[in-house]
Amino acid sequence: MSWGALYAQLGGVNKHSTSLGKIWLSVLFIFRITILVLAAESVWGDEQSDFTCNTQQPGCKNVCYDHFFPVSHIRMWCLQLIFVSTPALLVAMHVAYRKRGDKRTMLASNGTEKMTDSTLWWTYTCSLFFRLIFEGGFMYALYFVYDGFQMPRLVKCEQWPCPNKVDCFISRPTEKTVFTIFMVASSAICMVLNVAELFYLIVKAAMRCMTRSSRRKHTYPDSVTRDNKKNEMLLSSSTDSSSNKTMC
Amino acid sequence: MSWPALYTQLVGANRHATSLGKIWLSVLFIFRVMVLVVAAESVWGDEQSDFTCNTLQPGCENVCYDQFFPVSHIRLWCLQLVFVSTPTLLVAMYVAYRNHRDKRKLLQVCALFYYDYGKVIVMTDKMMMYALYVVYDGFQMPRLVQCDQWPCPNLVDCFISRPTEKTIFTVFMATTSSICMVLNVAELVYLVIKAFTR
Repeated sequence: MSWGALYAQLGGVNKHSTSLGKIWLSVLFIFRITILVLAAESVWGDEQSDFTCNTQQPGCKNVCYDHFFPVSHIRMWCLQLIFVSTPALLVAMHVAYRKRGDKRTMLASNGTEKMTDSTLWWTYTCSLFFRLIFEGGFMYALYFVYDGFQMPRLVKCEQWPCPNKVDCFISRPTEKTVFTIFMVASSAICMVLNVAELFYLIVKAAMRCMTRSSRRKHTYPDSVTRDNKKNEMLLSSSTDSSSNKTMC
Repeated sequence: MSWPALYTQLVGANRHATSLGKIWLSVLFIFRVMVLVVAAESVWGDEQSDFTCNTLQPGCENVCYDQFFPVSHIRLWCLQLVFVSTPTLLVAMYVAYRNHRDKRKLLQVCALFYYDYGKVIVMTDKMMMYALYVVYDGFQMPRLVQCDQWPCPNLVDCFISRPTEKTIFTVFMATTSSICMVLNVAELVYLVIKAFTR
């Protein structure tokens, strides 16, 4: 199981996303996961081996490295990307579950079941909320643990067994700062896309509510036929999901 | 045979599973296998090369590392994940055998019952976590261990590489293992109740 397998799973989810969701997925995979795997991992690859302290005291380097880097940037980004991708997979599971259930109810009730996909809308909206929470949470954690996004060249260490105060030098600090800012910026772009998508879904649902409530005042003889057509649209895999998301 | 191959096998077997079983599989592969492969293996990658002892005595570092890390966390987790996946594969094999023999669809209750039995065996998941807890005296990794094994002279201070990061990942893996166990217990209760109501 690796990033490729995750990409295969999320690619399937893409069918049920809005246009903004598709852009979000592209930004995630091109600017974050690919950059992480191809570039960032080699920048941080020698983070401990080239972390050098001005002492001959055995163990001092280990202890100072552990004190200043409780969790490596790379691991935090890996966990962030895994957690941020997970809500999309929950949406996929819900869609698969609904498709199975809808096929059964269609056969049983001759298509007279009322279409209720407001739960799908809520699932998708909740997934957006969770994505935002995870993105924000991890970015804040990175800022808090490393006291900003800049990597210093020198840290001064007083942990035992280091004698008195020892100067320790970090490997590739400028390159690490550049990549940290890049990853933070792409994370911020993803958050903006999520907020825009959330806003879009809410506004669209509100507009549909208003349109439907004004239409309900006039009777439509073919409402059942229209609902059946919507059922068919849900079952077909090539449907644009934005037309299906409705609150009422 | 690798993690993707195991994943392919388990997804096939998972068709016979309940919804809780499907959630269990997702938690297993996303939060345990994937985190192990993309993150944890690089944290433990330099565990022996950066294990440093305050001595010039040749062989002392090797002996002390071996004493304090009889089995690495990474290997224990690999074994745990393989053992946890095995019952599902056994159940799938049994279902395929019964389908072939009977030439008709196996009764869903029987299939689920055997799946349920397989899940009981998955409780060995917890035995592995307990083994990790006993061998390493908890889930926290210390910064310093003191070693007096021969050939180390007297008592030697040895420093572990990345102890805080290792503690974070150990706690994370223990938590996800507990979540998997809760899902298993819930599924077990659900299947037993369903079988009795039928």
